[in-house]
Amino acid sequence: MNVADGDLLSPRRTAVAGIVLGICSLLVACPPLAVRSPGAPAVLGVLGGLAGVWAVSREERRLGWWAIVASVACMAGAFWLQSTEVSSLDAVLSAGLLAATLRFATPLALAAMGGILSERSGVVNIGLEGMMLMGAFFGIWAADQTGSWVLGIVAAALAGGALAAIHAFFSIQLRVDQIVSGTAVNFLALGLTGYLFRDIYGSSGIPSDVPRIPDVRVPGLVDVPYVGKVIGDMSLMVWVMLAVVVIVNVFLFRTTLGLRLRAVGEHPRAAESVGISAFTVRYAAVITSGMLAALGGAYLSVGFIGTFNENMTLGRGFIALAAVIFGAWKPYGALGACLLFGFSSGLAQRLQSEAGISSNLVATLPYVLTLIALVGVVGRTRPPASVGRPYARS
Amino acid sequence: MSGATVDPGRFGRRARGVAVPLAATALAFLVGGLVVAATGHNPLSAYKAIFDGTGLNWLFPWVQGSERLAAARDLQQTLIVMTPLMLTAMAVGFAFRAGMFNIGGQGQYWVGLTAALVVGTHFESMPTWLHVTLAMVASVAAGSVWGGIAGVLKATRGAHEVITTIMLNWIAIYLVKWLVELKGPLQGSEPSIPRSDDVFDSAKLPTIWGTLQALHAGIFIALAALVVYHLLLNRTTLGFEVRAVGFNPEASRTAGISVSRNYILALAISGAFAGLAGSIDLLGWKYHVASSDLDVGTLGFIGIAVALLGRNTAVGILFASLLFACLQTGTAARNLDPAVFPPELANNLATMIQALIILFVGAEVLILYAARSGRRILPGRRREAAEPEAPA
Repeated sequence: MNVADGDLLSPRRTAVAGIVLGICSLLVACPPLAVRSPGAPAVLGVLGGLAGVWAVSREERRLGWWAIVASVACMAGAFWLQSTEVSSLDAVLSAGLLAATLRFATPLALAAMGGILSERSGVVNIGLEGMMLMGAFFGIWAADQTGSWVLGIVAAALAGGALAAIHAFFSIQLRVDQIVSGTAVNFLALGLTGYLFRDIYGSSGIPSDVPRIPDVRVPGLVDVPYVGKVIGDMSLMVWVMLAVVVIVNVFLFRTTLGLRLRAVGEHPRAAESVGISAFTVRYAAVITSGMLAALGGAYLSVGFIGTFNENMTLGRGFIALAAVIFGAWKPYGALGACLLFGFSSGLAQRLQSEAGISSNLVATLPYVLTLIALVGVVGRTRPPASVGRPYARS
Repeated sequence: MSGATVDPGRFGRRARGVAVPLAATALAFLVGGLVVAATGHNPLSAYKAIFDGTGLNWLFPWVQGSERLAAARDLQQTLIVMTPLMLTAMAVGFAFRAGMFNIGGQGQYWVGLTAALVVGTHFESMPTWLHVTLAMVASVAAGSVWGGIAGVLKATRGAHEVITTIMLNWIAIYLVKWLVELKGPLQGSEPSIPRSDDVFDSAKLPTIWGTLQALHAGIFIALAALVVYHLLLNRTTLGFEVRAVGFNPEASRTAGISVSRNYILALAISGAFAGLAGSIDLLGWKYHVASSDLDVGTLGFIGIAVALLGRNTAVGILFASLLFACLQTGTAARNLDPAVFPPELANNLATMIQALIILFVGAEVLILYAARSGRRILPGRRREAAEPEAPA
């Protein structure tokens, strides 16, 4: 690298400019600008891409590739937008879309925070899906039985924690392969919740008068145009989710306990040599992870949808797992990934109804993005060093 | 393995190889029975009804008349389900032997099935043998590409195969959904139904037993694949290298075996087995794909349980797939007497039992604790890798 860092044309800055140019190429095609000629996004997108190529050739691979990917993707999006009608664009890209993004992201982010805790302590948790499902069923079951959504949430957390305890016992105590154990608890939750749901509610389903998690109207914020529509009147769980993300981040990176947890995930033997019990830490992390995932599940049943169906989580636990990886095992990173995936879900729903674009095709997006992130073209992510390895005291 | 473990000898290992799965299965049924009893049903009559639904009573000479006809029909069902299960289990087992966990059987199955669908809905007047072969070759190729992607990502970028195969599963599921959805590229001639056309008659597998949804010849292909699986692993250089890599990648590399090549090959071959399962299901009895099929398909996931229970050996997979196929058909709504035990409970019970079998087989130490068994749970996976190497 001959170019000094402070130089106006440093590869880093060029790459960032490339990303911005790429995003701009999409923005010009969106309302309120809604430029209809293909020239404008093409010029912006190509410029962004070239900036990325230049940056890559100057050893700024990570951001450079991001610029190339963002430019190509945004340019393609812009061309597609230009081929649709302006009125349907307005319907798709509304404040409602952002609100939907938050709604879709909430269960994902709660489960992802659980995933981060578990994986940072060195235990792979592909059982997140099952733990969400436990929360979804036991949450609405307890809410129905007791008539209180608070108790529903408590029961959900307990049920998710119980399933996580099974995963913990088998994978930590008995040193069963963590993937095997996680796969098993997923099946277990699927069978158990389906069985109990059918046994208790039969074919009539969950009664419609089950208490729901209330919405929070933020005084003052509701009346602000646009913003009010997005966050002025959201479910309580959205705020809980945001709080959990902040708490997990502070816990992991600003507290002694968090440091211990990360130490166990990186090198359990070293952690034990300074008096940390790897077993206790891992148990606590996995069980907490199950409780958080179950909260996400409870939001689906008691909060968002208001009913339960067999296998209602529909792979959201796996999207959360993807978000953990996409976010590089960091809470804010994972939240960003969940918002991105939530946005793609919200967009998929609207594109289907407004523009006739296949929601199934858009639904592949989270998984494709995660694969790209894993492949490392756009910045390789590194898992905790001991994740997946059972620890044996000797 | 640690030197402290007493080698139980060849016979001892064989015996344990049978005892653990049997004990795990028995324990799983026991716990499942407890759940049934706890919810106020009779577990014994429930299990009896499920057993009768599997058609295995056809083997009893005293079952005669209409009962025998019904049993035959049920047994045909069981064998139809068993066929793809054997193959998806091989898809898991082959990767296991290379030290990898292929969760992607489900996605590889759908990709293979779709490839067979494309071939099966074209070339109308082709001879059957050629049409079927062509469809199966296409499905094997598609499945191995889908599995191979995970292998390439692992070999070149170090991406963990569990995560990549999970992602590839969902990508495959949504892609196939998109293909057959309304106005999708493969949607059939019925404009209001999200499903593909049937494959041409020339691409359908011949039936060999029964009339209504009869057993098709696919089971012979699966059995042949099982032989190939066994020979490939145990009698070829490729299999030796794959197992060596699974046992100890570092030592294999030192010995001159290309670890990355074997990762790619093993996952591609795994994918080929799962892809073949898809084509056999399609050409044998499904004939078309509906959008809703994608929501309920779990054969790839059950394949994990079959492989674990069968300890990744050909014979083990044969018996384990029969057991899980029995669980599937025995609890199916059309086979189970709802007066004895509600089918909608039974199929969830089957899912629970599968989960418990996976757990208990995995935790053989729990079952054979007294026998002080070694900790080899999955052949080819090193169990004692407890300590991480020094952080890089």
